[in-house]
Amino acid sequence: MPITDQHRRKRGRNLALAGVLVALVILFYFMTLARMGGGGS
Amino acid sequence: MARPSAVGIGPDAPNTRLGEEARVADFFALLKPRVAALVAFTGFVGLWLAGGTVHPFLAAVAVLAIALGSGGAGAINMWYEADIDARMTRTRSRPVPAGRVSPSAALGFGVVTATFAVMTLALATTYLAAGLLAGAVLFYVFVYTIWLKRRTPQNIVIGGAAGALPPVIGWAAATGTIDLFPLLLFGLIFIWTPAHFWALALYKAEDYARASVPMLPVVAGQAETRRQILLYAVALQAFALAPWALGLSGALYGTGAVVLGAGFVALALALWRRGTVSLARATFAYSILYLFLSFALLIVDRAVGR
Repeated sequence: MPITDQHRRKRGRNLALAGVLVALVILFYFMTLARMGGGGS
Repeated sequence: MARPSAVGIGPDAPNTRLGEEARVADFFALLKPRVAALVAFTGFVGLWLAGGTVHPFLAAVAVLAIALGSGGAGAINMWYEADIDARMTRTRSRPVPAGRVSPSAALGFGVVTATFAVMTLALATTYLAAGLLAGAVLFYVFVYTIWLKRRTPQNIVIGGAAGALPPVIGWAAATGTIDLFPLLLFGLIFIWTPAHFWALALYKAEDYARASVPMLPVVAGQAETRRQILLYAVALQAFALAPWALGLSGALYGTGAVVLGAGFVALALALWRRGTVSLARATFAYSILYLFLSFALLIVDRAVGR
């Protein structure tokens, strides 16, 4: 099946979403570390 | 929640593949990034001035959450106001009226983003800060966007409360409390907002009239709007100078506030007298610079004074 421009856009959006999910995992990991270290207000 | 029927958008629009063309950049545009940047900056100033013991990483997360809360509210606003945006030259190329993002996708994106922002702020800092951010988002969506925007020329006066909250949210994120200083900064942004938006509305009045949005120049005319801008620019000085007068900031900020305020009042005075488009544009541009520099001065003043 030929890869259309639409496919490319959808793939771009899916990759962006995957990036967001990975970023969230990292974000919450470091947030937990910071809070456990007594850095919360 | 019913949304006004849109012109050239939605499932009945000619573009039957609405939203399938959406790029990541379109979703980024839904966040109103320039507004979110200014909101994040004022939130950061509130957090910085509070001088709490919050971890730098959590402080950065808090600023990001404030920006995302603003962005989420902006996306919901773009969903609800797509019919207005489609009629205005300034906004008709936005993702929803242009048909690049479907209304439902914009709404979903906005709700998810704003909810994520509030939850993240609660986990990273304090429930008070998260509650204030949730309040700001809900106020912006329900009070400003849905209730006031299409009904009264006081829309941006009252609605401005949402945009004025970030310094209070930042302060609450750092300390878990609310104090006089962030409330003064709330007042500063609250009084600044009408002068800022009405300067824009002066030279976009035809746009607003076409979209049936009762902005002050449309309802009360150009002369009355210029008079109101001047009144708000003068009143703004009370809040701008208060931190210095009350000893909450130093002479550096005080001197800067006097100079910046004199510039704002001088522009508003010239606009009131002459009322040219170029002066309206200059007042709008200066108002953005004014807010940015005023808050930047607060940071520098505190850093120097420490």
